[in-house]
Amino acid sequence: MVLVYIEIHQGEIKKSGLEAICFAAQIAKLKSSPLTALVLSNSDSLAGLGNYGVQNVLVANQNIDGSDSQNLCALISQVAEKNQANYIVLSNSSIGKSVAGRLAVRLNRPLVSGVNTILEEGGKLIFRKSVYSGKASAYYTSKNDKAIIALSPNSISPSKSGDSNATVSSVEIAVQPSKIKLLDRNLVKGKIPLAEADTVVSAGRGMKEPGNWGMIEELADLIGASTACSRPVADIGWRPHHEHVGQTGIAIKPNLYIAIGISGAIQHLAGVNSSRKIIVINKDPEAPFFKAADYGICGDLFEVVPKLNEAIRKFKSSNS
Amino acid sequence: MNFLVCISRTPDTTSKITFEADSRKLKEDGLVFILNPYDEWYALVKAIELKEKFGGQVDVIHVGNSNAEVVMRKALAIGADAAFRIDIEPDSSWEVAKYISDFAKTKAYDLILLGKETIDHNGSETGAMVAEFMDLPYISYCNKLDIDGTKATIAREIEGGTETSEVNLPFVLSAAKGLAEQRIPNMKGIMDAKKKPLDIIAVDKLGSDLELVRFELPPVKSGVKMLAVDDMDALIKILHEEAKVI
Ligand SMILES: Cc1cc2nc3c(=O)[nH]c(=O)nc-3n(C[C@H](O)[C@H](O)[C@H](O)COP(=O)(O)OP(=O)(O)OC[C@H]3O[C@@H](n4cnc5c(N)ncnc54)[C@H](O)[C@@H]3O)c2cc1C
Ligand SMILES: Nc1ncnc2c1ncn2[C@@H]1O[C@H](COP(=O)(O)O)[C@@H](O)[C@H]1O
Repeated sequence: MVLVYIEIHQGEIKKSGLEAICFAAQIAKLKSSPLTALVLSNSDSLAGLGNYGVQNVLVANQNIDGSDSQNLCALISQVAEKNQANYIVLSNSSIGKSVAGRLAVRLNRPLVSGVNTILEEGGKLIFRKSVYSGKASAYYTSKNDKAIIALSPNSISPSKSGDSNATVSSVEIAVQPSKIKLLDRNLVKGKIPLAEADTVVSAGRGMKEPGNWGMIEELADLIGASTACSRPVADIGWRPHHEHVGQTGIAIKPNLYIAIGISGAIQHLAGVNSSRKIIVINKDPEAPFFKAADYGICGDLFEVVPKLNEAIRKFKSSNS
Repeated sequence: MNFLVCISRTPDTTSKITFEADSRKLKEDGLVFILNPYDEWYALVKAIELKEKFGGQVDVIHVGNSNAEVVMRKALAIGADAAFRIDIEPDSSWEVAKYISDFAKTKAYDLILLGKETIDHNGSETGAMVAEFMDLPYISYCNKLDIDGTKATIAREIEGGTETSEVNLPFVLSAAKGLAEQRIPNMKGIMDAKKKPLDIIAVDKLGSDLELVRFELPPVKSGVKMLAVDDMDALIKILHEEAKVI
């Protein structure tokens, strides 16, 4: 059996959770084995996961907070052992990362984290991940055909594979009281976490001062993007730290990355060069970012961005 | 209070990455190797700050061959008291974590610190594994830590926000930006480091069920397509038809 653990956020299945399910369904199909999903809390949409290849959904209604990896590991590993799961798939989120390593130890099987693709070669499942800051890929396999797989967000686009309902049942597992006491959780409201964002608009020191970010936020709003920034801009306090992408910040791989007034230093590229499409706006024709881009506009951002926003607004109003 | 900091060695990010002919090993000649930034700037310095406040000892440990001794000496120069090298070339995070936890079990550490990830494999795997081998709580991506008696208060980054929690010592943490301020080793530190112990520990190879099939370099980008600066129609077309964001 293949087991997939998915995170539920405010009653909704997270996008990264749906991606994990679809990835697990690929493994299940290659192995001709059933797929079971495990969740911590109920949600109306659980039966609908049948459409994505899940046969059974197990709901663990115990009071477990996903951020305590010790408890979550106890839960997932017991469910995995009971159901003889060979492959366990989770999202490579902060929760996924902190429990995946534990599962590998507890269940004594290899972990491949940050996986973005699966292939089959000579009857073996091979998992690809990006390494060396996106400068290479590594392919791994498990010698004993059992593994923990942590899927990198935005690696696959979830799509329905069938039309049937999954059976939803609850599961009782005894876990120890948590040793970690949660005092406070503060989520930036309404925004998609950068690591999961499909579209990202990012700006750097070329913006000159923080007061100029209005046009960046406007562009992001117009195309439904999250905002990001280069490191110096976060360091000097023009933008919040959680927007900083790159080697020392967040690594992202959106479908579209628009970089405005960012030079494209290697440490910045390290966090963004897995983006599917990159558009660069920079006034310096020699800016290294152009080499990593799909499309480039060499010009003054203070002219280009407002013009672009205006054009998008016009497009939208004539197409609505 | 006793601290163990796990340190790794990685190629500098500006390195050009190439592989040996069998595509299974990084070509190391010509590369500059550094102490993994998260281990150095945040995990190590935080441990030193805590030692300065509460007294005790900061040990650093590395699993790998003697090439790492340069970066281990750097950790000593920054302020660690003793270094331990497990003399084996690991093939997986699982092995690294097993050797580290076997070592740590012979000592009484109040806190085990790792970096948030190594910048070469970006795995973020080892910390949770060490915690599981030691049966200790694990808090990842810490960017703030205060200790009061045996109680620690920690702030950490999560997707789209922050979280604060409380846990008793001992536990395992991974360090992210903000946990401490980078320290540059000074001349005295560098001289002192030469006299500090760097023990080499021989172990048997464990092996693991993880098999590296191959490394591969990505296809070169087909090249940037430059658009005229006032050609908004072209941009709109890309956003609408290719990226499908409008
Ligand atoms: C160990 C290490 C880790 C690092 N980690 C990161 C990281 O994680 N993320 C990161 O981003 N950086 C990181 N850096 C810093 C990185 O090396 C660069 O210094 C940084 O990315 C530069 O930011 P920038 O492009 O915003 O600024 P600059 O390099 O100053 O570039 C500004 C760009 O804006 C353009 N510009 C200026 N005015 C205009 C205008 N009117 N219109 C259009 N274009 C304009 C300029 O041509 C220039 O290309 C790291 C550095 C080190 C040493
Ligand atoms: N070979 C190693 N020896 C000691 N510590 C290591 C080693 N590899 C990784 N680590 C530690 O584990 C952290 C996370 O590494 P990784 O799981 O590879 O991303 C690093 O920041 C180090 O603190």
